[in-house]
Amino acid sequence: MKFLAARRRQPVVALAMLLFALVTVGGLYAAAATVRPAEAAGAASSETQVEMGKQLYLEGCSSCHSLQAQGSANGPTLIGVGAAAVDFQVSTGRMPLAAPGVQSVAGPPQFNEEQTAALAAYVASLAPGPAIPSAEQVDFASADVAEGGVLFRVNCQQCHQAAGQGGALTQGKYAPSLMGATPTQMYEAMITGPESMPVFSDATLPEEDKKAIMAYVDYLQNASDPGGLSLGRLGPVTEGLFLWTAVFGALIAVAVWIGIKAR
Amino acid sequence: MSTTNPAAASPAAASPIEAAGGGVATYVDQRVGSNKFLGRNLGKVFPDHWSFMLGEIALYSFLVVLLSGVYLTLFFKPSMVEVIYNGSYVPLKGIEMSEAYASTLDISFDVRGGLLIRQMHHWAALIFVAAIAVHMFRVFFTGAFRKPREFNWILGVGLATLALAAGFSGYSLPDDLLSGTGLQIARGIVQSIPIVGTWGAFLLFGGEFPGTDFISRLYGIHILLVPGLILALVTVHLMLVWTQKHTQFPGPGRTNNNVVGYPLMPVYMAKAGGFFFIVFGICTLIAGLVTINPIWLFGPYTPDQVSAGSQPDWYIGWLDGALRIMPNLESYLFGYTISWNILIPAVIMPGIVFTALALYPFLEAWVTGDKREHHLLDRPRNTPTRTGIGVMAITFYGLLWIGGGNDIIATSFNLTINSITWFLRITIFVLPPIAFVVTKRICLALQRRDRDKLLHGYETGRVLRLPHGEFIEVHETINYKEMAVITSKSDIAPLPAPVKVDADGVANRKYRIQSLRAKLSNFFYADNITKPTTAEIEAAQHHIDHDAALEAPLHAYEDADEIRNAHGGVLHHPGMANTNAEQLAGRTDH
Repeated sequence: MKFLAARRRQPVVALAMLLFALVTVGGLYAAAATVRPAEAAGAASSETQVEMGKQLYLEGCSSCHSLQAQGSANGPTLIGVGAAAVDFQVSTGRMPLAAPGVQSVAGPPQFNEEQTAALAAYVASLAPGPAIPSAEQVDFASADVAEGGVLFRVNCQQCHQAAGQGGALTQGKYAPSLMGATPTQMYEAMITGPESMPVFSDATLPEEDKKAIMAYVDYLQNASDPGGLSLGRLGPVTEGLFLWTAVFGALIAVAVWIGIKAR
Repeated sequence: MSTTNPAAASPAAASPIEAAGGGVATYVDQRVGSNKFLGRNLGKVFPDHWSFMLGEIALYSFLVVLLSGVYLTLFFKPSMVEVIYNGSYVPLKGIEMSEAYASTLDISFDVRGGLLIRQMHHWAALIFVAAIAVHMFRVFFTGAFRKPREFNWILGVGLATLALAAGFSGYSLPDDLLSGTGLQIARGIVQSIPIVGTWGAFLLFGGEFPGTDFISRLYGIHILLVPGLILALVTVHLMLVWTQKHTQFPGPGRTNNNVVGYPLMPVYMAKAGGFFFIVFGICTLIAGLVTINPIWLFGPYTPDQVSAGSQPDWYIGWLDGALRIMPNLESYLFGYTISWNILIPAVIMPGIVFTALALYPFLEAWVTGDKREHHLLDRPRNTPTRTGIGVMAITFYGLLWIGGGNDIIATSFNLTINSITWFLRITIFVLPPIAFVVTKRICLALQRRDRDKLLHGYETGRVLRLPHGEFIEVHETINYKEMAVITSKSDIAPLPAPVKVDADGVANRKYRIQSLRAKLSNFFYADNITKPTTAEIEAAQHHIDHDAALEAPLHAYEDADEIRNAHGGVLHHPGMANTNAEQLAGRTDH
């Protein structure tokens, strides 16, 4: 301890203590925050999927969407939105809404797959609406990536950005990044039009075109960057930031080094 | 011309290599007369400071741009002819696009080393413009633009403008979606110019946008006209530096009439040569490691598409920002639409900025009435108004810059684009004046500190208790280097207010302009903290000597004790304190 005691007044100690305190507090908070309220997991297997969905609905959704899903001042009606909308909103963690805001924010899903399916089944039982796409509908293996690129640039990039990184809309709304979207979620978003997104029905965008777009987004998600570090694929803003911080930091450091008078 | 060869005159003394070198030098000299020129210039002295190398970064990155650009011209096809892409980048295979875009894809994916060279070209171009900007900061804040260097400042402003033109024309060449979007905005700006705008745009683009001519026209501008002009101006710029000699920071022995530093050969040959390779190396390293302008992600340009987050390169960002935050104003006059929303931010504002930038040296010289030659640089604190104006301009630019990236900033920091816009609309008028006042006050405070150092020396941290109980802190004179730097300050008195009617009752015809000049001069210099006079500094030295005299007995005690231990015959044990000072230090340890 004498070693530590002798060094306790060094300037670096204050910094180290501050870092230690920040890491500790931050770590404890993160640990506490990840403990979510107990999930309603123990649904009896004897109940039908719809009944289980209804139960989950009453617990998790009815405070805003009302007891009969007819909607309220706090949330729209869910009658007729279909299973696809429920699956999209719940599986991306947008619903149940974490906090009121200009738009729902994606996050870790609050219901597991079985519960999500039950909720979707319940809402679908209220009135017909777009169904969750089948495995065949989201199988884009045979789709043309280049064609998908053209369709993506025509229909998607004005909000989601050319590389699918997302973009700003008005009043704090935004088009999210597509980098974490699954093919099913993309398909559901296209047919249900969540938030500010328009609906791309089969009349405007046939299934083949949807598959092509999914193939292109899948390419964007998995493509390596031939030019090296991607800088978030955000274009000139991050390039400029990198230039003025890293590159100019290095250049000026070298200039200072060369400018130091030889002793 | 001398016909005797110094190397040949004493062949025995020279090594074989020196003899050979001398032989070559003589051979060349007898044909081009280079020895006299080199002898005169190789010993030229340059002052040493890191900030004098910022312009070198610009020069070297420009060389990288030129070299990499030559390579790119071998493969780039400046044509807007539609072709079907059939290269190795699969997600664009079979897509119709212009030959310019297709050849840029080929450079990126099918030409050996093409992507590396393309990225080098682009990164080095960004470095080039940025280096010009920081070089300009250095010249501005140190007053290096003052007489006799006003013309070189204007050349510099011209080079900066040309650098923007070079950058923007290059950004627009690949005909990808991002560059086309930029061009469409540029066309809109041309169109916004009253009366001639529409015709000007038709003339430039050869008809409707995008047309089929523009890429090839821009190509000529980008690879011939602009670089040619830059090379010419750089040559004159450097020749002027050579003949006018480089400015230097104040220091011991440095005056307005000398240059203190090292000779070009060998010191600056080594330093500058080495720096060239480092800049080249950094360009290559970044180009190899970090993506820039991934045109394959943007796709070919078609006028009906635009991507979210479309931005120009950093140096055009401030103009884009000005466009983005400008409220939507239009008027209709005599059947013409005047788009103030484009005209003000994209034509009038940059016009004012660049004119003010170019004319600043003349404006300051007129205001201050200073006609002397200046080879010794100002410390920024000693010209608080100029420094304040500079920081004000940088703040203005920085706010517009934020505007240029408003959508990326909004999504990255969970803000709304509307509040960023309103924040900027207000702060663009509020923050620059605040930045001016704060900077000026900081400069004046630093001047006070300097004055204090001259009049009271620096605080040593040694506190002395005098026999009658008073405590004083011992001050000591600052060292000669700091003294030389601080005393280099030259105070300029503000111009006196002119008289309206002189003693003979004759009205002063130039009263108004002289009055304005006097007011501006006051604005520049009235708050200045005057440098102490020589008499004041001498008086201060007496005060400092007085401190030293008070402390002297203590030193005498320490020193005397040492002498006693050494010569007084007392047996000195190992580890025993040698002096009173040591003994005292030992006591506090236990």
